[in-house]
Amino acid sequence: MTSIAATHDDHDHHHAPTGWRRWVFSTNHKDIGTMYLFFALFMLFLGGAMAMVIRAELFSPGLQFVSPEFYNNMFTNHALIMIFGMVMPAAAGMANWMIPMMIGAPDMALPRLNNLSFWLLPAGALMLVLSIVAPWVGGGMAVTAGWTLYPPISLQAGMSMDLLIFTIHLLGISSILASINIVTTILNMRAPGMTMMKMPVFVWAWFFTGVLLILIMPAFAGGVTMLLFDRHFGTSFFDAAGGGDPVLFQHLFWFFGHPEVYVLLLPSIGVLGMVVPTFSRKPLFGYKSLVYGMAFLATLGMVVWAHHQYTVGMSIWATKYFMIGTILISIPIGLMKFNFIFTMWRGSLTFETPMLFAIAIILMFAFAGVTGVMLAVVPADLQYHDTYFVVAHFHYALIPGAVFGLYAGVFYWLPKWTGHMYDEKLGKLFFWWTTISFNVTFFPQHFSGLAGMPRRIVDYGVQFTEFNMVSSVGAFAFGLSHLLFLYIIIKTIRGGEPAPAKPWEGAQAGTPGLEWTVSSPPPFHTFETPPEVK
Amino acid sequence: MSSSQEHYYVPDGSRWPIIAVCGMFTTVFGTALWINDISLGPWIVALGALGIAYLFFGWFGDVIDESMSGKYNAQVDTSFRQGMMWFISSEAFFFAAFFGSLYYIRMIAMPWLDGEGHLGSSHLLWENFSASWPLVNTPDTEKYTQVIEPMGAGGIPMINTLLLLSSGVTLTWAHWGLKKDSRFQLVFGLMLTVILGAVFMGFQAYEYYHAYDALGLTLNSGVYGSTFYMLTGFHGMHVTIGAIMLAVITVRAAKGHFSHEKHFAFEAVAWYWHFVDVVWLALYVFVYWL
Repeated sequence: MTSIAATHDDHDHHHAPTGWRRWVFSTNHKDIGTMYLFFALFMLFLGGAMAMVIRAELFSPGLQFVSPEFYNNMFTNHALIMIFGMVMPAAAGMANWMIPMMIGAPDMALPRLNNLSFWLLPAGALMLVLSIVAPWVGGGMAVTAGWTLYPPISLQAGMSMDLLIFTIHLLGISSILASINIVTTILNMRAPGMTMMKMPVFVWAWFFTGVLLILIMPAFAGGVTMLLFDRHFGTSFFDAAGGGDPVLFQHLFWFFGHPEVYVLLLPSIGVLGMVVPTFSRKPLFGYKSLVYGMAFLATLGMVVWAHHQYTVGMSIWATKYFMIGTILISIPIGLMKFNFIFTMWRGSLTFETPMLFAIAIILMFAFAGVTGVMLAVVPADLQYHDTYFVVAHFHYALIPGAVFGLYAGVFYWLPKWTGHMYDEKLGKLFFWWTTISFNVTFFPQHFSGLAGMPRRIVDYGVQFTEFNMVSSVGAFAFGLSHLLFLYIIIKTIRGGEPAPAKPWEGAQAGTPGLEWTVSSPPPFHTFETPPEVK
Repeated sequence: MSSSQEHYYVPDGSRWPIIAVCGMFTTVFGTALWINDISLGPWIVALGALGIAYLFFGWFGDVIDESMSGKYNAQVDTSFRQGMMWFISSEAFFFAAFFGSLYYIRMIAMPWLDGEGHLGSSHLLWENFSASWPLVNTPDTEKYTQVIEPMGAGGIPMINTLLLLSSGVTLTWAHWGLKKDSRFQLVFGLMLTVILGAVFMGFQAYEYYHAYDALGLTLNSGVYGSTFYMLTGFHGMHVTIGAIMLAVITVRAAKGHFSHEKHFAFEAVAWYWHFVDVVWLALYVFVYWL
C-alpha cells in the first residue's frame, strides 16, 4: 500500500488499483462489468449442468438417475439460475461496460452502489446453493415448486424454501439498486450534446429495462415475503381456510414475472439495434419507431400478466381482457422485426458471428411469437396449458430472444473489452453448433406438447420417447457447445490479433455512441472530462 | 443535463459495499436458521445487524465527509436526487403490491369463497361460509382463531392520522427555516417531527397490544389479521426508518451541515417522510375505515 501511495502522490487516478482490492472494493464500471460477465458465465455452466441432469433423466421413460424430488428441485433452480444468475447479470455487465462509454460518462452515476449491486449476486448465489443442499444437511423437503414458487407446494417445503426466499430478496435488492443506478446514469450522465434521441438503441433498451425492474421487483419480493409469513408466522394470505387465496400469489408473481420476460428480452433487442446496422453498413431503419416500440412493449408488458393463469377460474371478462392485451404485444414485436429487416434491406451485408446470431434471432424469435399468439388465445391455451408446448415456446423466446442476443453482444464487444479480435472461424463454428443443437433440442417439444406431454414431470408415457430422445441428444450437444464458447473467450483474452479502436468497418453506420472513439481495450478511466457531441 | 466546471466525483475503491453484502447475507441467513428453530440463528442475526449498523455509520460517514469537503458538484447532486426518486418509486410499488393484495382478497377471493363465479370451486370446501369484510369468522375455525371485534377507524387510528399529518406540517416548517437559513426553525421543526413520529409509533405499538389483547385480531386470525398486520406493519417499519433518518438529519442540521442551497440529505429524508405520510392516508382509508 505505501509503495503504491508513494508512486502516486499526485492524486492521479489514471492507475488501476491492484490485487484483490481492485475487484472487491471496485468503483470502476468496467471492472464491475467484467465481474458481472464472469459471474454470468459461471452461472451459465451451473444452470446448464442442471439442464443436463433434466435431459439425462428424460432421455427415456421411467426413473433413471435422480429422485422425483431432486428432479423437481433441478428444474426449479435451473430456471432461477438462468434468469437471475445468468441472463440478467450478463445484460447488466454489458450495461456497466458499455453505457458510460456510449453516452460519454466518466463512470456510473453511483459507483459504490454499483459495487454493492454486483456483490449481492454471489451472496444470493451462495444462498441458492445452500437452499439446494439444505435437505441433506437440515432435513425437510427440497423446493419442488418450480421457479414460480406457487403455494401450497412452496408452503410445504422445508428450510430450503426459506433460504430460497432470502435468495430472492438478495437478488431483488441487487436488481433494484442496479436499475436505479443505470436509469440515473442514462438520465443524468450524458455528455453535453448527447440528447436522449441520439442515444444508442442499447442505452434506450436498458432505460426501459431498468424502469421495468424498479417497478416490478417489489411485487415479487412482497409476494415471497407473504409466503414466508404464511410458512412461519401463522398468516393465511394463500390459505383458503383462513380466507386467503393461493391464486393471489400467482397474480403477485406474474405481475413481476411477465414484465420480467421483457427485462430479459429488451437488452438483447438493444444489442440487435447495434449489431444489425453495423454489419449492414446502413443506419438503423426507423430509430424513433424502435424507441417508441420498446416503450409500448414495456408499458403493455406490465398489464397482461394473468395470461399465465387462464386455468385458475378467472371471470370471462378478465380472461378476455388479458387475451386481447397479450395479442396486442405482437404489434411492437413485429415492428421491431421490421426495423431490423429493413435495416438489412439493400445493405452491404457481411456475416460475422454477431450478425449471424442477429439474423438467427430475428428468424427464431418469430417461432416464439407465433406460438405466443397461440398460447394467448384462451380456449386454445386451456389445451396447451402446462404442456411441453409451453416449454418449447418460452425456450424459443428466451434462448434466441435473450441468450443469443447476449452471445451476439459478447462477440460484438469482445474486441473492445479485451483488445483482441476473437477467432472468427471458431465463432462461426460456435454459432452453427448452438443454433442447430438448440433447434434439435426444443423443436420436437412443440410436438410432444401438442400430443399432450405435461411439463415439470420426471417420468412420461412411452409414446413420447422418440421426441424426448431427440431433445436430449440435442441438449447434450447444446451444452457441449458452451465449452467451445468458454475456449473462445479465454483465447481472446489471452491474445489474438490486436483490435483497433473501431474493430468493425460499419460500426459508425448505426446510431453508435462514443464507445468506438476510445481505444480497445479502453483506459481504466474514460471521459473524465465530458466530451462534446456535435 | 448539467455541464459541470469540475470533474464528476468518482470515488476510489470502497470497503463499505462488501461489508454491506456480508451484513445482509449474515442477517438473512441467521433469520432462516432462527425461524427453523436452530439455536444459533438469533446470534447470527445479531452479528449481521451489528455489521449493517456499522456499515451505515461508515458509508454515510464517508459520504458526509465527501459532501462537506465540497467534492460533489451539481451533477453529483442530481444523481443523488434522481436515485432517491427512483428508490421511492420502487417503494411505492411495494406498497401497491400489498394494497393490491388487500383488494384482491376483498373483491375477488372473498366472493369466490362464498360461491360467486361460475368457474370457482373454492366455495365447495366450506358450505356454511359467508363472506364479509372485515372477515371475522374464518372458513376453518379450527385452524385459525376468530376475531372478537374488528379494528375501528376512530380513536387511535384517527389520532395517528392527525399526528402524521402534523408531522408533515412541522417538517415543511423546518424546510422554510432552512430556506431562510434560520437554524433554530430548522432544528426545532425537525425535532417536533421526530417527536410526532415517535408518538405515532408508541400509539401504533399500543394499538397492536390492544388488538392482540382485547380484539382477538392476530396474525393467526385469518386473512383480515394477515392483511392488517402486513400493511400497518410494513408502513410502521417505514415510519421507524424515516424517524431514524430524521433524527440523523436533526443532528446534522444542529451541526450546521446544511445551507439553503445545499441540503440534498434533508430533502431526501423529507421526500421519504411525506411519502410515508401519503401511504398512511391510503392505509387509513382502506384498512381502518372502509
